[in-house]
Amino acid sequence: MSSATLTASASNAARRGNAWGRRLLIGGAWLVFVLFLLLPLLIVVSQALQKGFAPFFAAIVEPDALAALRLTLLAVGISVPLNLVFGVAAAWCVSKYEFRGKSILVTLIDLPFSVSPVIAGLVYVLLFGAQGFFGPWLREHDIQIIFAVPGIVLATLFVTVPFVARELIPLMQEQGTTEEEAARLLGANGWQMFWHITLPNIKWGLIYGVVLCTARAMGEFGAVSVVSGHIRGYTNTLPLHVEILHNEYNHIAAFSVASLLLLMALFILLLKQWSESRINRLKASAGEE
Amino acid sequence: MSIRFFALAALAGALVAGPASAAQTLLNVSYDPTRELYVEFNQAFARHWQAQGNEAVAIQQSHGGSGKQARSVIDGLRADVVTLALAGDIDELHRIGKLIPENWQERLPDASTPYTSSIVFLVRKGNPKGIEDWDDLIEPGVEVITPNPKTSGGARWNLLAAWAYAEKKYGGEAQARDFVEKLYRNVPVLDTGARGSTITFVNNKIGDVLLAWENEAFLALKEEGGDALEIVAPSLSILAEPPVTVVDANVDRKGTRKVAEAYLEYLYSDEGQRLAAKHFYRPRNPEIAKEFSEQFSDIELVTIDGYFNGWKEAQPRFFNDGGIFDQIYQAH
Amino acid sequence: MSRRTFPVIPGFGLTLGYTLVYLSLLVLIPLGALFIYATQLTWAEFWAIVTSARVLAALKLSFGTALLAALLNGAIGTLLAWALVRYTFSGRTIIEAMIDLPFALPTAVAGIALTALYAPTGPIGQFATALGFKIAYTPLGITLALTFVTLPFVVRTLQPVLADIPREVEEAAACLGAKPLQVFRYVLLPALLPAWLTGFALAFARGVGEYGSVIFIAGNMPMKTEILPLLIMVQLDQYNYAGATAIGVLMLVVSFILLLLINMLQRRIARA
Repeated sequence: MSSATLTASASNAARRGNAWGRRLLIGGAWLVFVLFLLLPLLIVVSQALQKGFAPFFAAIVEPDALAALRLTLLAVGISVPLNLVFGVAAAWCVSKYEFRGKSILVTLIDLPFSVSPVIAGLVYVLLFGAQGFFGPWLREHDIQIIFAVPGIVLATLFVTVPFVARELIPLMQEQGTTEEEAARLLGANGWQMFWHITLPNIKWGLIYGVVLCTARAMGEFGAVSVVSGHIRGYTNTLPLHVEILHNEYNHIAAFSVASLLLLMALFILLLKQWSESRINRLKASAGEE
Repeated sequence: MSIRFFALAALAGALVAGPASAAQTLLNVSYDPTRELYVEFNQAFARHWQAQGNEAVAIQQSHGGSGKQARSVIDGLRADVVTLALAGDIDELHRIGKLIPENWQERLPDASTPYTSSIVFLVRKGNPKGIEDWDDLIEPGVEVITPNPKTSGGARWNLLAAWAYAEKKYGGEAQARDFVEKLYRNVPVLDTGARGSTITFVNNKIGDVLLAWENEAFLALKEEGGDALEIVAPSLSILAEPPVTVVDANVDRKGTRKVAEAYLEYLYSDEGQRLAAKHFYRPRNPEIAKEFSEQFSDIELVTIDGYFNGWKEAQPRFFNDGGIFDQIYQAH
Repeated sequence: MSRRTFPVIPGFGLTLGYTLVYLSLLVLIPLGALFIYATQLTWAEFWAIVTSARVLAALKLSFGTALLAALLNGAIGTLLAWALVRYTFSGRTIIEAMIDLPFALPTAVAGIALTALYAPTGPIGQFATALGFKIAYTPLGITLALTFVTLPFVVRTLQPVLADIPREVEEAAACLGAKPLQVFRYVLLPALLPAWLTGFALAFARGVGEYGSVIFIAGNMPMKTEILPLLIMVQLDQYNYAGATAIGVLMLVVSFILLLLINMLQRRIARA
């Protein structure tokens, strides 16, 4: 009896202490959110709109900006599908089988995460630049890689290699192989098994990986900057265009194009939130079973 | 799933296929402060070229620090013409890239330099720190903004102008070195290009004085409406000579030699010279220079060839690894 | 039952082969080229480059600011993760969604936004000016930019782990007379530490290599606010490929060691 009241009061005291801690922590979270996330966002938009909407739209529909948008979409459109296929293949062999050197392979897949983007650009210059390993051969055959669209796509590919694989590996490891084995025993061939069992299981994780990959591909700056050559309307991506405008005293235009990128980023966050909530729902329903 | 992404890729592809390419394109790789000049000059030349009965030409521009731009061309950026901040950077196109002949500078009048400029001071309105000449820059507490001489052509002209002043006034290399060292001790930010420095000084309001190309200083004044800044001309400066050349290896491959040469020659035409002057470069043509004489103040100018024996000597002496700039910086 | 001596699931050869070919073409061969290029230097030359005063200053700055930013994120991230997992409050969903903004926002946009914010005349920078110090164009500005860019790492690694610790465990400890600090020290810390370290290491590795957001705010002064990736750019711009390559190799080796450590940590978490 008495021990029960004692623990109850102790737990109440802890709760009261928690109430203060709770307020403090929530306040802290709000403070961090406003200072670190909301303010940078607001300043981009406020700088862009300081003279109203007309200069904002003018900066976005200007031909060089549109060309930059096209190039950015192209780089995303090529690098995301390629890395998607790679991510599925890599996650498949890492999660479904045991083999020697697996942890080294996983480390290698992660490697582009921690390689500085500038180095990613540098290596392509060393390989494909006129003074590089393949430079003379490329020149002879009139193929241009760096300072042209292929170089920009390659640099984007490099920095976004791990994103899909990294999302899928833990997910597929968790799911194990029993369902696939059952499908095989019931006579499904490899592709049938993949389309009807594996893909539906990993769908949302896949979308999540693709969303992150798209965000990074869209925003890559350092690697692309090294290989771009900065030819307006031709090899400038949107982030590089922001830098150029910034360097032209064109403050409002720079922040207008930055706002466009910001809108795209917010859209990506929305997609991410949606795919994440689907993953959580799947997990929750799996937990109930 | 993947179908959706292939559709996306196809969409992106269609978007890219959008711009129709003009019959002929010319790529002008230039340095930082010429952006505005070449935007206007390119249109003028395109009109002129078509009026001559040639097929249309579209001119692409690329701008950045002069050294960096030269490096890109050496690495394979297919410039038809380069219009850089100093001859030293174009020399590298011959030395490392073998893209142009050694005598490239003899191919056009005035050592292939259609317009010149000099180095002046840009200060805040009312000149609160009372900056009149180079000596005021080494006072303690004065913040000087200049780009990094390793990457920026303008920064190299800045350093040489300061050096020439100090050597002439105080009598020797040791004194000049001491002077320049003190000057760089007052530099709080070292951007990679002239334009970066201007942004730092004008937009971010860092520093008391900007060492700038004369044309860049005028442009900043124009952009800011003249309410916030003023230009101070020092007693002595350097004649900054930004040269131009056709990149032979590239034009011969692309078959653009004729239009590329015409493009550069047009810089020497009356219209070209007037456009240069309009964008605050000093035109070479004495007639046109007279038209714009009110715009430019009279400064005693030393030249790179007369005072420093040309870039072939000045570049390694001052700016290569282990050169005077490095020694000054290590001393910090 | 256990007749699975050889796997029934097909595709091992195909997927492993594709993975290896793709990785080799895109990542390994290019990075190998960097090392081959570096072998043109003698060991003494390499050593002279990576121990020159300017490189060492950049090294110290890059690793120092990245470390500070990762530590700062360690604190901020723990706070955010805690608040988001343990409490329901108004605006929680918005904060939850916006945590990943630094991953989604192009770094160049982050760079100009933070510079506008922290420059001496900016909305936050002017307070610093009034107090007599500067944020933009100092190592402090670099640290803040890196903190922004790497903000999600610690939060995102801590959240799932925190969600897995039942609240009852803490309450039980509190009922048994443990003070809040003791609960933290003996109950939460051991459970959270591995994930916290992973998030910390990821943030650190990313911070060391970050370029886009930093160059706008750094001021780029040699010996003072010049980061390693910028130094590579500067070396390239002055035709010094050997120097750029040597610094690149240095960064790559350090990054690889960091990654190995991260993966070792993760395996330890998996085992625990």
